[in-house]
Amino acid sequence: MSATTLTETPQQADRAKTIYEKSVPGRRAAQLPPLGEGINETPIDELIPAHLLREQPAELPEVSEPEIIRHYNRLSRRNFDLDTGFYPLGSCTMKYNPRLNERVAGLPGHAKLHPATDPSDAQGALQLMYLLQESLSEITGLPTVSLQPSAGSQGELAGLLLTRAYHDDQGRNPTKVLTPDTAHGTNPASVTMAGYEVVKVATNEQGGVDVEDLKSKIDDDVACLMLTNPNTLGVFDENIAEISSLVHDAGGLLYYDGANLNAIMGQARPGDMGFDIVHVNLHKSFSQPHGGGGPGAGPIAVSGRVEPFIPRPQVVRNEIGDEVFFDLDYDRPKSIGRLRGFQGNFGVFVRSLAYILSLGGDGLSEASRLAVLNANYLKQRLSEGRAGKYLPVAFDRHCMHEFVLSGAPMKKDLGIKTLDLAKRLLDFGFHPPTVYFPLLVDEALMVEPVETEAKSDLDAFAEAIESILEEAEGDATVAQNAPYTTPVRRLDEVGATRKPVIRQQIA
Amino acid sequence: MAEASYPEDLKYHPEHDWARIEGGEATLGITWYAQDSLGEVVFFEGPEIGSEVTKDQPYAEVESVKAVSDVVAPVSGEVIAVNESLADAPEAINADPYETGWLIKIRLSDPSEADTLMDSAAYAASLE
Repeated sequence: MSATTLTETPQQADRAKTIYEKSVPGRRAAQLPPLGEGINETPIDELIPAHLLREQPAELPEVSEPEIIRHYNRLSRRNFDLDTGFYPLGSCTMKYNPRLNERVAGLPGHAKLHPATDPSDAQGALQLMYLLQESLSEITGLPTVSLQPSAGSQGELAGLLLTRAYHDDQGRNPTKVLTPDTAHGTNPASVTMAGYEVVKVATNEQGGVDVEDLKSKIDDDVACLMLTNPNTLGVFDENIAEISSLVHDAGGLLYYDGANLNAIMGQARPGDMGFDIVHVNLHKSFSQPHGGGGPGAGPIAVSGRVEPFIPRPQVVRNEIGDEVFFDLDYDRPKSIGRLRGFQGNFGVFVRSLAYILSLGGDGLSEASRLAVLNANYLKQRLSEGRAGKYLPVAFDRHCMHEFVLSGAPMKKDLGIKTLDLAKRLLDFGFHPPTVYFPLLVDEALMVEPVETEAKSDLDAFAEAIESILEEAEGDATVAQNAPYTTPVRRLDEVGATRKPVIRQQIA
Repeated sequence: MAEASYPEDLKYHPEHDWARIEGGEATLGITWYAQDSLGEVVFFEGPEIGSEVTKDQPYAEVESVKAVSDVVAPVSGEVIAVNESLADAPEAINADPYETGWLIKIRLSDPSEADTLMDSAAYAASLE
């Protein structure tokens, strides 16, 4: 191991090796017994046709079983996750994922079902998907749900492709999509990817859509307005009915980014607000683990006018006499087509339906109420003491499931930036909130405590912030150089962006 | 530069952009306040030489570790030069926003637009 410096931990100096770097030729995790008496080895080219055989052996890591276990266990311990502690990352709904969901998803009938199984042999799975469609339809207040999009981002793209299909069908070709300036970055990205032009709408003093600005930008060239309600400031837009009729009167559709659905489950429904298309992040509201690009789902719910265009096949329930048969319906001539192979990440559907059924309608409503209560409690706690002085709330009113603080006074008076506060929080055992988003709040700190955290966790978090601010009054360098207790110290984010190393150099 | 500074020979736009007007031409950039708010700049994407920029409209993007932001033109004109050195060294925008960190040069289409901009004292006061 090389000598460590004050800015590196021993682990940081000793760069984590990949499993490939640990490979030793000939080392094995399992050994097959020798062939028994009278059993002959069959050459591989007699078993597999020559044109399917590799010319070179695959470069797989050659390691022992303990090395495999230790390698991945070590990596997992370097992570901060929901099983480690409080994770108030704003706009991400980092709620605890109940183990019950994992057990149900791991049942062999769920986990081992082959995706090419004929519907007649997969009735249980199709029924499960149908039930999830129906549940999400009820929660969003829209009649039809497609489970095909496999991520929130794909749900957004699907929604915009549906928007285009809807207008095409009417012989129209509008070119613009409106998004508020508080929108999630994925919104304008999806709009651009779908071939539309992004037009930003300003935010009013209450943190909602500036209706006058919206009026000045609405015309018959507007295909759609994309909105999150409550929005990324954690504010419920009370003008939604007016906004909705403005867009509809101009011939446009309303798109609801379901990122913040956790605040309103069982309380208000996007369909009732006038939205035509909603994407639902199962990894947020419905306790699917957030997974670095892993298997996900971003189902979309749509209104009657958009229904003819949804992806195919659709899971349907048919009744023939007394017989109920769940099937895949391909007969959708106006459909935008398939968004992926097979029927989606089935394990995700199992987990989310398990969550929905185990909480029930009342439980989901209560989850939302508690998420909002927790956010308002924490917001109130942080309006007291030093946090109130150095970290004022942006758009101070009752919030929904999250709220945004501005670190501008902290930066000016104490010389520590929001990033420094976030890094120092790691030393207190908390994952930091979202930083520098939304963009219209200077030095933004966006906190979403979610419903699964106890009052004592919220109090401990507020006290940690108070301690960090008190410490910074005496010595700002402590926060400026944090963190100290994590597997790696302050990372060179600028260097990583300016000169990214995207391939690990194998020694 | 670590301390706020707003040179007196420049004109300022409320969106935190400056213009150094010399005859019928102007050099444009972002102010000390803008680079400090953005944080460390990692990428600058300028317009094409020969294209037109319009007062109060975005003409380029700067990307920092925090965000991608539009750069707004304080005055209108045709782009005659883009600071090519920023491609390899965008940090000049942080280190020296008024000299080596300049962004583009334009030929003014309406020199009277400069009268609408603030002087150093007015801009500094607007930040208080």
